[in-house]
Amino acid sequence: MSIIVDNNSWVVVQGITGREGSFHTAAMLDYGTKVVAGVTPGKGGQKVEGVPVYDTVAEAIAEHGANTSITFVPARFARDAVLEAIEAGIRTVVVVTDGVPQKDTIEFIARARKKGNIVIVGPNCPGVISPASHAKVGIMPGHVFSPGRVGIASRSGSLTNEIAWHITCAGLGQSTCIGVGGDPVIGLDFVQALEMFRDDDETENVVLIGEIGGGAEESAARYIAESNYPKPVVAYIAGKMAPAGKRMGHAGAIIMGEAGTARSKIDAFSAAKVPVADRPSEITKLLGA
Amino acid sequence: MKLLEYEAKRVVQEYSIPVPRGDIATTALEAEALARDIGRMVVLKAQIPVSGRGKAGGILFADGPDRAREVAQGLLGSTIKECPVTSLLVEEQLDITEQYYLSIAVDGLAKSYVVLASTEGGVDIEQVARTTPDKIARCWVDPISGFAQAKASEMLSGFNLSSRTTDRLAQILVTLFSITLEKDAGLVELNPLVQTSSGEFIAADARIIIDDNALFRHPEFAAHNLAEEATPREIEAKRQGLAYVDLSGDTGVVTNGAGLAMSTVDMVHYFGGSPANFLDIGGGGNVEITKKGLLLVLSKPEVKGVVVNIFGGITRCDLVAQAVVEAISESSVKKPVAVSLMGTNQEEGQQILSEAGVVSFPGMEEAVVGILKMQRGNEHHR
Repeated sequence: MSIIVDNNSWVVVQGITGREGSFHTAAMLDYGTKVVAGVTPGKGGQKVEGVPVYDTVAEAIAEHGANTSITFVPARFARDAVLEAIEAGIRTVVVVTDGVPQKDTIEFIARARKKGNIVIVGPNCPGVISPASHAKVGIMPGHVFSPGRVGIASRSGSLTNEIAWHITCAGLGQSTCIGVGGDPVIGLDFVQALEMFRDDDETENVVLIGEIGGGAEESAARYIAESNYPKPVVAYIAGKMAPAGKRMGHAGAIIMGEAGTARSKIDAFSAAKVPVADRPSEITKLLGA
Repeated sequence: MKLLEYEAKRVVQEYSIPVPRGDIATTALEAEALARDIGRMVVLKAQIPVSGRGKAGGILFADGPDRAREVAQGLLGSTIKECPVTSLLVEEQLDITEQYYLSIAVDGLAKSYVVLASTEGGVDIEQVARTTPDKIARCWVDPISGFAQAKASEMLSGFNLSSRTTDRLAQILVTLFSITLEKDAGLVELNPLVQTSSGEFIAADARIIIDDNALFRHPEFAAHNLAEEATPREIEAKRQGLAYVDLSGDTGVVTNGAGLAMSTVDMVHYFGGSPANFLDIGGGGNVEITKKGLLLVLSKPEVKGVVVNIFGGITRCDLVAQAVVEAISESSVKKPVAVSLMGTNQEEGQQILSEAGVVSFPGMEEAVVGILKMQRGNEHHR
C-alpha cells in the first residue's frame, strides 16, 4: 500500500491541452500512471498523447471511471476547475497551479470539507508520487524516486526532489512523497499526511520538509508529541539564513512573527524529539542509512 | 500588496465605515492648508507600509495650521523604519472614549478566515494577545458559511457591551468580511476603531493587505504597486517578471522554487560563503526569462561567482542549460559559474553544458562548495 495515489488511481488531467498539461501528461504516462482522460472546456473530442479529451470532468468520470484529478489550469480558472472536479465526484484533487487567489483556495477547501472524504493536495504543489505503484500524479521527475519505505511530506517541490534523490541514492526509496504545496493556505497539511503515513503499512518512517513562514511545522511537532506518534520522523527546514520579512518567492515564506521563524520550527521539532538535518544530504544519515 | 493607511481608509469609507476627516499631503504647505480646513487639533501620520510607526515617531500632533506646517516639514523627506516618508495623512484629532480592535485575516492552519475582536484596541494589542488572549474573541468563517450579523453579535457577547454597541460593532465586522471577500484581502484590520464622546464609531487606523494572486481581478489597485520597499535591481527584476531578492554577500544564487532557493542560500552560509542575491526562476523554465535573470544576477558588481542549482520537475534542465550557456556568452563580465542540474531532461542539460565548457557538479552541496572554491581561487590570482 501507499497513500493518496496508487494502482487504483484513474487520473483525469484538467487543462490537458496546455503546454504544461500536455508535457506532464506524457511524463505521467511514461512513469506508468493511469491517465485515462483529459479535460479542457471546448476542446472535447481531441486527443493529447493518445489520451481522450472531454469538455467536462463528469464526462471523463462517466466514460473512464476517473477518481483522481490533477489540474494545470491557469490560476484564475483553478477555483472553477477544482469545484467542478469535486461536484463531479472526484475524490483526490491535486492542484499544481501556482498563484491561485487565497479566497478561491479557502472556498474550494471549505466545499471539499462540506462534501467529506475528499483530499485536496495543493495548490502550488508538485503533486504526489507512489513509486511502487508506478503512480505519479504530479510534475516531479520520476527517475529521482524509487520504491521503498520512507514517506515524505514537503512544502517545497524542488527541495523534495533534492532530498528524495539522496534517499534513493542511499538505497532506501520512498513509499509515497507528497508535495503539500507552498501557499499559506493548502488542502492536505502535515498533520493529515502524518495520520495517513501512520496507518500505511508500507511506510516505516517519515521525512518532513518545511520552510520558514506559517505554523505548519510547529503544528506537526505538537501533533507528533501529543499523539505519541508511532513511527520515526525526521525533518529539514529551509530558510535558516533568510532575511527577516523578505519575500522569497511564495507568500508561504513570509516570516510571520515568532511562530514562522526557522528557530521556532527547529525548537518545536526538537521538543517533539524529531531530529532536524542541517543540510539536505544529512537526512539519509538521520534515517539510519 | 500592503495598502497605505490612506488607501485602506478610502476602501473602508467606500463601505460606509466612517473615517476621520482629513486628506493626504505631500508638501508642508498642503499640510498647513488641510489643518486650516479641519480647524482644530490635527494628527499628521507618515504614510509608510510598516507597523509600529507611532512609536518610531511617524505620528505627530499639531495645534493649528502653522504648527502643522512645521511638523510636516520635519516628517516629509525623513526616513522612518527604513522607509522614506513622501506623504502624510493629515486628520482631525478624535475625542476618544473607547478603542476597539477588529480584524479579519487569513488563517493558514485553519484554512479559513479568522475574525478577531477586542475591547482593548490600540498600540498594545499584541501585548494583549500575548498576556491575556481571552480578551480577544475569535471566530472562524469561510466564503461558503458566510458571516452574518447574528454570528458577529454572538462572538461579541462575552464583552458585556450595551446592545447598541454590540450591534454597531457586529455590523462593522460583517462589513469588514464583505471587504475581505470583495477586495480579496488577506488582512483587513481596524486598530483602533474608536468610539468618540458623541458616541460615533470611527476607524482611526486601517490596514489592508490585498492578496497579490488576486490583483488580476482588482484593476482599482493597479496604481499602487510602488509602496513596497525594493532595491533598483529588485524593481527591474519585478518588471521583467522575475522573483529576485538582493542580499549583502558576494555569491549569486540561481535556483528554481522558493524552498530550494532558501536551502541553497542556507548552504552558501553553511560552507562559509555569503549570498549576494538570489533568483528563483520558477517552474516555467523559459529560456529568455532565465537568461535575463542570470544576466541580472551576474551584473551586480558585488557578485564574484554564481551557483546555479536546478532540480527540475516542471522546469526542464535542457532549457536552463541553454539559458546558462547563452547568458555566459552574452555577459560583459566574466565571473565563475557553477551549475548543478538534476531532474527532468538532466542528461540533455549536462550535455549542453559540457559542450559549452561550463563547469557542472553532481548536486547542490557540491556546486556550492565548488563556486566558493572558484571565487577564492580568483581572489588569489589578484
